[in-house]
Amino acid sequence: MSDTIHASDSPKPVPATPLNPRRRGIVIGASGGLGAELAKKLAREGYSLALLARRKEKLDALCSEINVNGGSARAYVHDVSDYIKVPNLLRKIVAELGGLDLIVFAAGVNLPPGGIDKYNFENDRKMVEVNLIGAMAWLTPIAEMFQAAKAGQIVGISSVAGDRGRVGNPGNNTSKAGLTTYLEALRNRLTRHGVNVLTVKPGFMKTEMLKAALGATPFAIEPAKAAENIVKAMKKRKQVIYTASIWRWIMLAIQHTPSFIFRRLSF
Amino acid sequence: MSLPLNTFTQLENFGHSLKASSYRIQIKKTEDIYEAFPLAKKLGLKVTARGTGISYNDASLNGGGIVLDMSGMNQIVEWDSTTGLVRCESGVTLEQLWQRVEPDGWWPPVVSGTMKTTLGGCLSANIHGKNNFQVGPIGEHVVEFTAMLPTGALITCTPKKNADLFYAMIGGFGMLGIFASITMKIKRIHSGLISVDAWHVPNLSRHLSDLHDRAADHDYIVGWLDAFARGKNLGRGQIHGARQLKEGEDTNSQKTMQLTYQHLPDRFFGVLPKSSLHYFMNPFMNNLGMWGVNTARYISSLRTHTFRQSHAEFHFLLDYVPNWERSFGRGGLIQYQSFLPKGTAESAWREMIELSHRRGLPSYLGVTKRHRTDKFLLTHAVDGFSLAMDFKVTINNCAKLSRMLQEFDQIVLKAGGRFYFAKNSETTSETTRKFLNDETILRFKELKKRCDPNGLLESDLYRRVFG
Repeated sequence: MSDTIHASDSPKPVPATPLNPRRRGIVIGASGGLGAELAKKLAREGYSLALLARRKEKLDALCSEINVNGGSARAYVHDVSDYIKVPNLLRKIVAELGGLDLIVFAAGVNLPPGGIDKYNFENDRKMVEVNLIGAMAWLTPIAEMFQAAKAGQIVGISSVAGDRGRVGNPGNNTSKAGLTTYLEALRNRLTRHGVNVLTVKPGFMKTEMLKAALGATPFAIEPAKAAENIVKAMKKRKQVIYTASIWRWIMLAIQHTPSFIFRRLSF
Repeated sequence: MSLPLNTFTQLENFGHSLKASSYRIQIKKTEDIYEAFPLAKKLGLKVTARGTGISYNDASLNGGGIVLDMSGMNQIVEWDSTTGLVRCESGVTLEQLWQRVEPDGWWPPVVSGTMKTTLGGCLSANIHGKNNFQVGPIGEHVVEFTAMLPTGALITCTPKKNADLFYAMIGGFGMLGIFASITMKIKRIHSGLISVDAWHVPNLSRHLSDLHDRAADHDYIVGWLDAFARGKNLGRGQIHGARQLKEGEDTNSQKTMQLTYQHLPDRFFGVLPKSSLHYFMNPFMNNLGMWGVNTARYISSLRTHTFRQSHAEFHFLLDYVPNWERSFGRGGLIQYQSFLPKGTAESAWREMIELSHRRGLPSYLGVTKRHRTDKFLLTHAVDGFSLAMDFKVTINNCAKLSRMLQEFDQIVLKAGGRFYFAKNSETTSETTRKFLNDETILRFKELKKRCDPNGLLESDLYRRVFG
């Protein structure tokens, strides 16, 4: 398969024994920002990882970094909007990992139209294709597998942006609202089968994506800090978290702002 | 044939301590096995057969691959009560088998401690019973088997025909082909009862000398070892030696050979359903509790006595309390079994038991047996003894336990011992190379290449010991 690279030059993973195994996880969108930090954190937690992203160089560098530090990671170059390739790639990854306990969907693009008077269908379409349909392409088969196996954990990185439709970036709001709803539906389906679905709604993070944001970026946190919060929530098998946690209260206020006020605001 | 995603299943070993998720395909007939191989090849997946899934280790696990569930291919095709020959599909369990042949006055020549095992699994591991020193492993009682190779060929093997495969596939833990049907020679019995002598042994030296010296007087011999005892008491326990009754010894044999007489009681003291018993055992499943249980058991064994019990009761101790392995709690249990020659067994086991005490990881149950050698390629047998030890696995002790079991491996290697592919889970490929020697491994890999040129058959166990 041409879209796959083995980190063959990286050292052998630390031997795990059957009694003391590594859990197995997939991180999609692992090449930068939150995805990369999550991958590093999960590797330190003892996960054996399959890392997926579009950017080969970044992905390889991340894999080497994890493997050098005693973790175990394999790189797979993949574009989540390449839906047709998902089933085969998923089967291949599960075979190479020797099973699957966790999926983190962290792939996402933010392409604002460039102002509150601008419209851009191509950007909106791209965001829905990556952020929402890309997630559905991966999480649908994995949900089916986890439901059958009666075990597993799904982590979806949505956003505070999905909590309300705002003037700045309708396409992004829509894709993230869709993702949040999709994750909620999966949770309602899967909890009864012993599968945990965690929706993560980050606020601002100090990543490349922050540059796309217009205006002020209050409460921006380091992605490493967000990764830490997410792993903590995973261990507690939480349902929905905001990171930083203050966003829960901010978004509560925003969600309850009446429309006659909200439609006059300019953020 | 396709592979729907909802066949993805989390499978476990018998002790619930190892888990792996795989795509499970239900096998009903030989053709289903035939179809599975091209499918696996097309999808780039590995294949493992699984019977009732009660191996102690990862023999029937195949993380991320295909597991063929053989338990549905379970017809006893032919039973001849005059010659004692029985032909079964490989998913037939020992339970089905003994219940079919026993009323006619026959009993399977070799059985495991549980009757839930399938014949295919028994042959793959080449199981032994408490009579290993008399009759060898189950493979020595197989007259003929057929197996589906990944090449698509259905081959027939007997000790004469395809003899190299006969002696390699039995004990080959399913890595050369998948058993389809098995023809076995069953043993005559003259009573539904068995006569058991029970006596205690105060230390390891006496334990082993009694297993050795008094084996000849019995058809079966098995020891229980109190793995908590230290110092001069180390290795103390109780030995059960049993013999089949001769013709005429049981005047009531018509009745005792009926199935109703053999059934294990499903209630304790006539009241408590046994299926709930493991909940009551759970509070004792810690070092202090099991020290108490082992000590009490030793004290109660001090009385030497002889008694008769049914075959089912004597052989299938593991089925006496249903789901007893659940009493070990969420982490489950793992069994470690080592096979040691007569000369080195005592010192090696002393070293292992003392190490388990130092590590604070004592075995909750120790079982000893007497063995003889056999001529199967991957044999685990020695002219000596085996000791099986059950360990409780928890989230907190698994790394420590794993390390200790690997230290055990080194002690066993040093003592010239062998390992059994149905038990230990921590034995590495390096250790395996040392105990099997390179020539045997080369021979096995040659056969594997012949039977499975595309390397489709792989289990977690195979990747671990031959990877």
